Amino acid sequence: MANKLICEMGLPKSIGNIFAARNIITAKDALSLTEFELMELLDVGLSDVKSALAHISEIVSPPYQTALLLMEQHIQNEQLGGHLPTRLKGLDAALCGGIPFGVLTEVVGPAGIGKTQFCLKLSLLASLPAHYGGLDGRVIYIDVESKFSSRRMIEIGARSFPEIFHMKGMAQEMAGRILVLRPTSLSGFTESLQQIKVSLLQNQVKLLVIDSMVALVSGEQEQGAHRQHPLGWHISFIKSLAEFSRIPVVVTNQVRSQNRDESCPYSFQAQDNGKTIGDSTRYDSHLVAALGIHWAHAVTIRLVLESKSGQRFIKVAKSPISPPLAFPFNITSSGISLLTDDGTKLIGPEINTICCQGHNDIINFDGDRLH
Amino acid sequence: MEISRLPISASQRGKLISGGYTSLSSLSSVSSFALASDLKISESEAVEILKVASRGSRLGWSDGTNSVISGAQNAWDMLHEEESLTRITTSCADLDNILGGGINCKEVTEIGGVPGIGKTQLGIQLAVNVQIPREFGGLGGKAIYIDTEGSFMVERALQIAEACVEDMSEYSRFLRNDVQACQVKIQPKDILENIFYFRICSYTEQIALINYLEKFISEHKDVKLVMVDSITFHFRQDFDDMALRTRVLGGISLKLMKLAKEFSLAVVLLNQVTTKYTEGSFQLTLALGDSWSHSCTNRVILYWNGDERYAYIDKSPSLRSASAPYSVTNRGIRNSDPSYKRIKMM
Repeated sequence: MANKLICEMGLPKSIGNIFAARNIITAKDALSLTEFELMELLDVGLSDVKSALAHISEIVSPPYQTALLLMEQHIQNEQLGGHLPTRLKGLDAALCGGIPFGVLTEVVGPAGIGKTQFCLKLSLLASLPAHYGGLDGRVIYIDVESKFSSRRMIEIGARSFPEIFHMKGMAQEMAGRILVLRPTSLSGFTESLQQIKVSLLQNQVKLLVIDSMVALVSGEQEQGAHRQHPLGWHISFIKSLAEFSRIPVVVTNQVRSQNRDESCPYSFQAQDNGKTIGDSTRYDSHLVAALGIHWAHAVTIRLVLESKSGQRFIKVAKSPISPPLAFPFNITSSGISLLTDDGTKLIGPEINTICCQGHNDIINFDGDRLH
Repeated sequence: MEISRLPISASQRGKLISGGYTSLSSLSSVSSFALASDLKISESEAVEILKVASRGSRLGWSDGTNSVISGAQNAWDMLHEEESLTRITTSCADLDNILGGGINCKEVTEIGGVPGIGKTQLGIQLAVNVQIPREFGGLGGKAIYIDTEGSFMVERALQIAEACVEDMSEYSRFLRNDVQACQVKIQPKDILENIFYFRICSYTEQIALINYLEKFISEHKDVKLVMVDSITFHFRQDFDDMALRTRVLGGISLKLMKLAKEFSLAVVLLNQVTTKYTEGSFQLTLALGDSWSHSCTNRVILYWNGDERYAYIDKSPSLRSASAPYSVTNRGIRNSDPSYKRIKMM
């Protein structure tokens, strides 16, 4: 929409020619200037500029939908009511059905906690045929850190859905639907994303997993008001991809330790010293999600995986539709399984903190009992 | 030179100056024919210039009869107008109290906070509450929800709408115990139907939409709330030229203020946070810079205080700085749980 050409907008000939003569070709060029700048540049009067801008704005503005229409579209057009069930009952209940379509879901946690296991399970679930509760489509798995293990995925599949996987050829078909990309640089990643956008709808892609973007950003990010995020373009591109194709997008994120300067208060909070949380959390060795605060604003759902006193938890840290719940989980041969479906409600900013205290084995094989 | 203030094109201005017409008074006594032959332009162009010039000079003249300066309103009339305007409740009594009753119409309010604090929740709550019918003390208006980040989830809006309708029924049952109750005619589906949802994917579309809103609202006169969630997202990247960004944002804020005043509606902008290095330490502050922070009439910051969510009035011409707790429940924004407070004191 932003790159719509002005010559195609049906402006009166005279002013259309003037725009072209001054090299204002797309709507973006015209709208980035203020009215007075345009007046100076084009050498026309204010009323002409105003009516031209009003005309351009009307054409470039997106159409509206009522919220009711949105809801009806979701119910009618989308499989499974617009959510991908994770088969973890408590989590699905909290997320009103599962990982929602059309928005970014982030899975963040320290190393070895189970993020990739979670993504593997989700990829499998998306590739399952519809009558088994899957999305019956392809999955694109962007594996930056070479963590994708197809053997592990088939093992998860065989353990969780033995009736499907023992059928002849099903394992091959399911695995065949999962496409793994391994970009080695930021530019390779950018290119893959653009390719994906083009082929998304034609190829029935139903889930996009990015594991993870952090490795592509080299070096630490410095604090500063005017520094633009290195992945800024990618973030908005992925978001618009998710929305326009209405598929779930899951992105994993790493953690890093918190700088002393990061638990900073607002200027009005600095005045009550010693009363508020500021001091106490400053010295805990808390971990924070990588990729910065811009990313934190951009994701819609944030699932935090952490371990506290040896028990792993999956927390719904940011979600517009769920209460702040934490579920204890274990990793078994069939992927992640919750120990209980009733999550504990966490009050306050604790839902956002990431702890990493003592988890040893990545996979507990005694979890077989939990079947 | 007064001619330089006229909104005419640069070449016309140049011709006027070279023709010797440097002040407005010199234009007031010349005929269009004389002007056209003097400047060697067409007569219609000369008529245009004289029209603009006479409009420009009229502003400085006293109207004589009614006002000292045309276009001004005296403070007493404004006071009456302000008092008669209903405010949009936030469904949290503490928050309404510090806001003086709720979000004010005819003003631009900016609400910002860290991710996960409840900005979108508050936005959806306001979009539902603006539709509370007049019999229940609301505005009975419609809402425009401009979503730049894709954080609007319809399921949540439905939850909040249903809770709002339930609260209204309970309220009417409580007040009017007799049979002839004021039935709540509005249903959750109607509430969803009155939210006009726009999804913006780039800053160009954002600017275009805000330009187009004037026309849209004049066709849908019962819109009483314009919610932008969030105003920051597209301006945080893609902009290499920060000065351009400041100018564009300035233009946007002026247009929004104009919309608010002209159509008597409330404009609420949701903003993100960033860190700023001042006085030797890093502090959290709302994004988009210092110039933007002057643009809004009211500024509310949402933050975590211990385990509770608080809202703080950072800037307002008429409200004092205060903070109030609120909570996000499955019914929407509500008062902070009093039992929790009791436990804390023990």
